[in-house]
Amino acid sequence: MGVPNASEDLSSEMEVDAFRRLFPLRFFERHLAESIRPDGRPLGKARETSIFLGAVASANGSALVKIGSTTMLTAIKMEVMTPSLEAPDEGCLAIDFHMPPICSPIVRPGRPAEASPVVSKQLSDTISSSRMIDLKDLSLVSGKAAWMAYLDVYCLDADGALFDAALLSAVAAISNLEIPAVAMNDDGKIVLVSDEDGQKRAQEPVNKEKRKLTLRSIPFSLTCILHKNYILADPTAEEESIMETHVTIVLDTSGQLISLYKPGGPVLAYTSAIQDCVAITRQRVKELKSFLDKENSAMEV
Amino acid sequence: MENDRPDGRTANQVRPLACSSSILHRAHGSASWTQGETKVLAAVYGPKAGTKKNENPEKASIEIIWKPKTGQIGWTNTLLISTITFHLKKQNYYFFSHCLGKVEREQVMFSDMSLLPCAINASSAALVDAGIPLKHLAVAICCSVTDSGCIMLDPTKGEEEKMKAFAYLVFPNAIVSVLPERPLQVGSEPMTNGIMTSVTQGAMSVDEYFHCLERGRAASAKLSEILRKNLGSKSTSEASKAG
Repeated sequence: MGVPNASEDLSSEMEVDAFRRLFPLRFFERHLAESIRPDGRPLGKARETSIFLGAVASANGSALVKIGSTTMLTAIKMEVMTPSLEAPDEGCLAIDFHMPPICSPIVRPGRPAEASPVVSKQLSDTISSSRMIDLKDLSLVSGKAAWMAYLDVYCLDADGALFDAALLSAVAAISNLEIPAVAMNDDGKIVLVSDEDGQKRAQEPVNKEKRKLTLRSIPFSLTCILHKNYILADPTAEEESIMETHVTIVLDTSGQLISLYKPGGPVLAYTSAIQDCVAITRQRVKELKSFLDKENSAMEV
Repeated sequence: MENDRPDGRTANQVRPLACSSSILHRAHGSASWTQGETKVLAAVYGPKAGTKKNENPEKASIEIIWKPKTGQIGWTNTLLISTITFHLKKQNYYFFSHCLGKVEREQVMFSDMSLLPCAINASSAALVDAGIPLKHLAVAICCSVTDSGCIMLDPTKGEEEKMKAFAYLVFPNAIVSVLPERPLQVGSEPMTNGIMTSVTQGAMSVDEYFHCLERGRAASAKLSEILRKNLGSKSTSEASKAG
């Protein structure tokens, strides 16, 4: 007698919660057969997404993003540095992803989470591949001074699709970023210009006004689970732990493929599945772009 | 076909390959995979008994130790490690689950480009050498896209700087079965067309990615023949020794 039959028989007698814990895969497959997920979503639908810009007042740019209960906080801090000799007229962007123990029961204090260096690397790869920021924009005085932007993403609640939420919060924070006004003083040092004495010091060579970065194209991502012939968009942590084949697709607003990341898994991805995933991601990119545009225009008013 | 690669290869040509297995005595299985200037040595130790905390005792677990020839274990390597971990653990675990053990592996890197494909090929060969049952034999390839949209296979470090995007692809090896008419088709596509692992870098259009897939599949079929030939000859020579 096979296990599937046994669980099939038990399912009529068992309580739903017990069935869910004992046969998680069967539990999900029963839902999938009805084209619905245990949280009530259709298969291809992402969770409710919210973006809150300017969440950290002390940072130069910040955003708090929630996708379902996955929560990410990104803050950008700007510092003046001396550019490297190889790229004298370019600034620098340092991206880091943190998973403190509060974010998930899997992460233990004192031990770094396994996922965090991977997400961190994916984030910096994606943002540099998409060329959304022109690093020349971050230059102040060629060869002398340029901006160093420290972009830190903090995972506050890890409930699946970490990279999607992290990327969304990173791009939202970048769109919120305001480069502070600076001036060069008599010693040739770069100093911050505060609003009050801006007028008084107007005769000094002010390098930059307070300004926003121009973004060329913005990357957005969607993670899908492949299980048998089903494609589940935006998985929760529970779904990710039960069905282990994930595909993360990053497209930018001009339709370019920035990244297609599939780290192994028992299910092989065929061309048709990839095409379906790309199509779902295209829709999601439109949706996320409209969310971000709405938030940004609300900030300006 | 234009031929503007510095080493005189055509766009679809991979660098000279070499694969040898059972080269280390203390390891349970080992293999080296050479692709041009890139060389990876992989050794498998295990399966061993005992589980750590947080490990599912019903699944096999793999610990990967990655040692670059020079320099520190950087971010790139972190990503490589995670890819290989995922790739092997998940690909094997159904078949593995009965060993309830732990496999450790160690890799020494001779750095150049296409590290990831090389490392995956070497570890596949080493796992086979250790006699660990695998679900698929993985074959990895690196495709690169030039600014004009041409696709070149297996770029060297020098060529890499001129490329706008890369795709590292891993495909399963075709199953050669003694049973005739085993269904190797999944839907309309053969099983070997399924992507096991995909990692990309740089921006390309979706169509270019699908072109990469086509080229990668064609090349991986050749690679898997070579891998199979190499492993096959080894197992027959061992059998003759035993007999």
